[in-house]
Amino acid sequence: MAVRHTIVGIGSPRELEAALRAAYYLADEELSTAAYLALALGKPLLLEGAPGVGKTEAAKAIAGVLGRTLLRLQCYEGIDAAGALYEWNFPRQMLALRQEGAYGGDIDIYRDEFLIERPMLACLRRPQETVLLIDEIDRSDHEFEAFLLEFLSDFQISIPERGTIRAYERPVVILTSNRTRELHEALRRRCVYHWIDYPTPDREMRIIMMRASGVSERTAHAVVAAVGRLRREPLAKLPGIAEAVEWAEAATLLNEQGTRWPDAFRRSLGVVLKDEDDLVHVAPRIDAILAEAQA
Amino acid sequence: MSNATGPIAHFLAFTALLRRSGFAVAPEQTMAWLAAIELLGPTEIGDIRRAARATLAPPPERFAEFDALFDAHFLGSIVPTLEAEPGDEEPLRVAEDASVGPEPLFGDETRESGAEATTAERLSARRLAPGQEAETLRRFARALPARMPRRRGYRWRSARSGTGTDARRMFRDAMRHAGEFVRLRRRRRDLRQRRIVVLIDVSGSMKERTQAHLAFAHALVRAADAVEVFTIGTRLTRITRPLRLKNRAQALAAASLVVADWDGGTRLGEALNAFLAVPRFAALARGAALVVLSDGLERGDPTGMADAVARFSRIAWKTIWLTPLAADPGFEPRTAGLVAARPFLDVLGDGGSVERICAHVLQLADARAA
Repeated sequence: MAVRHTIVGIGSPRELEAALRAAYYLADEELSTAAYLALALGKPLLLEGAPGVGKTEAAKAIAGVLGRTLLRLQCYEGIDAAGALYEWNFPRQMLALRQEGAYGGDIDIYRDEFLIERPMLACLRRPQETVLLIDEIDRSDHEFEAFLLEFLSDFQISIPERGTIRAYERPVVILTSNRTRELHEALRRRCVYHWIDYPTPDREMRIIMMRASGVSERTAHAVVAAVGRLRREPLAKLPGIAEAVEWAEAATLLNEQGTRWPDAFRRSLGVVLKDEDDLVHVAPRIDAILAEAQA
Repeated sequence: MSNATGPIAHFLAFTALLRRSGFAVAPEQTMAWLAAIELLGPTEIGDIRRAARATLAPPPERFAEFDALFDAHFLGSIVPTLEAEPGDEEPLRVAEDASVGPEPLFGDETRESGAEATTAERLSARRLAPGQEAETLRRFARALPARMPRRRGYRWRSARSGTGTDARRMFRDAMRHAGEFVRLRRRRRDLRQRRIVVLIDVSGSMKERTQAHLAFAHALVRAADAVEVFTIGTRLTRITRPLRLKNRAQALAAASLVVADWDGGTRLGEALNAFLAVPRFAALARGAALVVLSDGLERGDPTGMADAVARFSRIAWKTIWLTPLAADPGFEPRTAGLVAARPFLDVLGDGGSVERICAHVLQLADARAA
């Protein structure tokens, strides 16, 4: 196991936490430890959690801290190697062949210029400049997961016409999952794992103050309390951190335009609950929830 | 590491303890953990714990158990008996079989349910024998693959006639023919089977039929690509995994061990809502055909049940409810819950025999009319 103690001057979880904070991402101790270990041990980092807890944001922040480009591969049902790895540019190969045919030359149609790089290949070719984010892996099919397993253990791929391409250094790979289905055990054990939970009220408040502009501390406090309360309701879509930030901003905006306080929250409820059933479910109690949150 | 001594032996003993407790820990994870500890040069026990969580990757729903074992091993505290978590307000238990690897499946489930038995719930293990409907089910399994409801998938397949041109194939062909396009190739979207989600009522009033229903579910799981099976009663339990076993008797026996609420009362509305409240279960129902095998006898508030069915009808592709009471030709839903839920059902039909249930499932792909 190739262990690196420091990566771009970061030599401990605490230093990583500080660097992430400078990139406007508040990581808790668990997350910074897991992320540091992933970087140091050269293993992929698997982040799981409910939608809207900041998994993708964490990946962006880590890429920012390392000063690398983030290559994002969004998974979907039916994603295949052509979407994830590489594809040949057939029309260009065709044109080149015809041109050469006319002039009677000899041409290699499997040169770099005919290869369309997809995120996974790009990451293998430039491991020092990139961070690969494989987003929402739980959406892909089992076949793709198995294919990924191979990629993540050896960090090499083979292109039949070109031979094997191998990363000269272990690339930084971050996977996220909403846990809509169980990932394969083999994939989990190749990775360093972290479950991102909804943040503590205190941390969520600091996130809102950092992310939202011009939101007063009282507003942020009320939003955190109300959102925390809503997350205990049996809703179809629980409000995430992004929703909390947006709610604080929206309510502040309405308030500046002259809407009074509890009303400003109620009227901007649409940025927090985005499901008709949820709105109907909460409607009878929303006044009580807001009053309690503002107290 | 072959003759480990001192602290390393202590760490290895912890991973061994985890394995005994039903956590899947691979050797490579143990190595990563030891490397992580060395790397962090731990200054406090918290470092070791965080490293353990990150590298040994316990599933989130077992964090509390994991921490308890960690405390017991490293801090010498007494392992608490596994009670429900203090913050757990959910009155209805959701059990899932997928949390652990193949081996601890039974041990874990039975212990957990044993610790949390309440007087209101009648817990009883039951042996299930294969039903007599074997022949019906065999015919059903043979007919099903061709008659499964399908949806258009994302992948393209080359086809003789189709909506798109298969550029990749055409260019490949052309390269073999000195750059001439010889033939127009077509492709179309692949068809995939829709998922079927089966909810089996295992309450006392359905006692006579649960075995047959489970046998049917087993045949379905084996014959179709994507099927999820849950039992509902006083609890919601996912039994898809045990039902994947090939041998029916074994599969039913495994399933019967997982289910803890045989022949108890029914809280249908609550069970259905509990299903919808777990996002990854709700995701299973999206675009799927939902088949409920229940008499709809709801002891609780019927509006809860109607709300749940209404939500199901919006996320599922088709919602059908099969009740044994409908075997009577003059059947009209009389239970309050079923009357309230009826407007949201695509089909309210006869679930009186395995044959009828099989027929309903085979007709899923036919015209939408009930």
